[in-house]
Amino acid sequence: MSKRPKPQAPSTPDPQALQPTPGNPTPAPTTQPPDPLITRHGMFGAPDTPDTSGFGGLVEPIDMPGPSPRPYGEWFDQAIDQLTEHLQDPATAIEKVVVDRGELTVYVPRTSLLDVLKTLRDQPKLRFELSLGVTGVHYPADAGRELHAVYHLVSITHGARSIRLETTAPSEDPHIPSSTAIYPTHDWHEREAYDLFGIVFDGHPALARILLPNDWDGHPGRKDYPLGGVNVQFHGSSVPPADERRRYYP
Amino acid sequence: MTPNPLAPAPDVDFDDAGFVAAAGGDWYDVADEIARLKEEHVVVNMGPQHPSTHGVLRLILELSGEIISETRVGIGYLHTGIEKTMEYRTWTQGVALTTRMDYVASMCNELTYVLAVEKLLGITDSVPPRAQLIRVLMAELTRVASHLIAVGTGGNELGGTTLMTVAFREREHIMRFFEMVSGQRMNNAYLRVGGVAQDLPPDALSFLRGVFDKILRGVSDLEDLLMANPIYRRRLRGIGYLDLTGCMALGITGPMLRATGLPYDLRRDMPYCGYETFDFDVITQDTCDAWGRFIVRMGEVRQSMRIIAQCIERLEETPGPVMVADKHIAWPSQLSVGPDGQGQNPEHVRELLSGSMEALIHHLKLVTEGFRVPPGQVFAQTEHPKGTHGVFLVSDGGPRPFRAHVREPSFNNLQAMAALCNGGSISDVIVALASIDPVLGGVDR
Repeated sequence: MSKRPKPQAPSTPDPQALQPTPGNPTPAPTTQPPDPLITRHGMFGAPDTPDTSGFGGLVEPIDMPGPSPRPYGEWFDQAIDQLTEHLQDPATAIEKVVVDRGELTVYVPRTSLLDVLKTLRDQPKLRFELSLGVTGVHYPADAGRELHAVYHLVSITHGARSIRLETTAPSEDPHIPSSTAIYPTHDWHEREAYDLFGIVFDGHPALARILLPNDWDGHPGRKDYPLGGVNVQFHGSSVPPADERRRYYP
Repeated sequence: MTPNPLAPAPDVDFDDAGFVAAAGGDWYDVADEIARLKEEHVVVNMGPQHPSTHGVLRLILELSGEIISETRVGIGYLHTGIEKTMEYRTWTQGVALTTRMDYVASMCNELTYVLAVEKLLGITDSVPPRAQLIRVLMAELTRVASHLIAVGTGGNELGGTTLMTVAFREREHIMRFFEMVSGQRMNNAYLRVGGVAQDLPPDALSFLRGVFDKILRGVSDLEDLLMANPIYRRRLRGIGYLDLTGCMALGITGPMLRATGLPYDLRRDMPYCGYETFDFDVITQDTCDAWGRFIVRMGEVRQSMRIIAQCIERLEETPGPVMVADKHIAWPSQLSVGPDGQGQNPEHVRELLSGSMEALIHHLKLVTEGFRVPPGQVFAQTEHPKGTHGVFLVSDGGPRPFRAHVREPSFNNLQAMAALCNGGSISDVIVALASIDPVLGGVDR
């Protein structure tokens, strides 16, 4: 688990210090964290605080793997060089490059997504001709970039290389350009990401719901979508939603 | 002779007939226009309850006569939100959910999932060799079972019931082996993060050796029935044509892609679980049609049997644990298959309860809370019977996935229906669909 200095690590556990306040949901960190995509609230499981009582009201920003320094290793450097060389606007087209667990992730802003996809597909030295689809991830704590769309591409030409593209959109403006013109296989995948996460893929030929009925309200893949309980046929009895049941973990 | 009461009376006077003829206005012009165009433009709704749609799949076919002008696919009837459910279950419980997606190839789903979690944990290389061998054995048996169902049910849909009975008869040997090992015929949840749930029972390999030749003989039966069968040949040849360009554009993988001549098989191109040490061939055809896909599937069954034979040999001389040594991850319970089914091993329970208190607490914590996985995201791919099966996982460092997504080959490949069917005859829709071999549990998840 990646660790960084805890914003407040009192020598004696002070439950109030770690409680979230209405105006400031998480304690202000002293250093800018690399990528606090997720904030975990709960009781147990704090990796670096002495409070094991479970009553500390744990608020822990989780650091996802941050940007990687060069050299990235393997074929990654060469691929990124090729990519930047052929992009229309290389200065802004690549936000950051993360190499983690032997996988290459390129974060791109949504404005240059199509340019990056087209370059990855068409440049002979890149040639990611097979796309394995798009999916969405909802990070409620990633302010202004709550909705992520994740693309997995494979280059059969260059010996089954895999690359991951990630682009983001705020939940107030959930628009990402559709890539169906570059990879027609994204048709259903984008419909699924729209259905479950509400990401609107501009330019998709028929962006309709695919798994849920057309008159469904909301997008159940999102973290803030209520789970709902199950009514059972006993008087005064009900099963609470999965996230409100008694649990033994945060 | 009594007159038929339902027969129309001759020379009906419509004014006194007691009914109103729905005519008049400008509808005569509309009717004349239709008659003049002589078009038989019909929209046929096929499914969602249709025996040859492999589950609950709805096809909306626009027909001009017998020729299909447009195919649309309606899915989602089996959607149960498995991916969302996985976010509220531990990493270990996720196996029991992934296994239910493509229920015809359960253990291949499980394999991709456990490989993804192991990649997140960074324990890919510490999985014991015996566990990897068992995984390969199970994945290949699943592939044989899945391909047998594809060919058998595909033949049944063309009217050859014998094909289905032969295929299911041979699959039953594999199901019995699965039941012997994991306690269940389907939805096994047998592969675990870090290894497999339990070692093979002592008589499992000898059982498999006993049925090995029977399965091969059944495969030969199927081939004898189909390879030279002129009806089957004519129904499949040139039907559902999709060449390499179409496959690349639509992201099609698996037997459909290999039937275009491209030998793309992740077992060879991106090896996992030690597949690089096995001796097998990647089967290809260059006909790009349903016939080619059938030949590829039958060839892959034989190649899988080759791998299974190598697995049996290696398993007999590879003793050892079937779970990683790390006690923070290794599932602590020991299951055994008793006379009344699968359950806790009584010896193990006795040892736990009478042994150390700390071991009991550790057991409880690991089972109720689960192990924690460092933050990050991974994507694991394996060669599923239907194509590239991918599992995308995001961890927030907790005992449950933050997000789990499964890239199902069935879901993706079903997109090709319009490309396969448009311009063809309605009777070939069934052949084209069977050549994709979708399983709707995987499509809808």
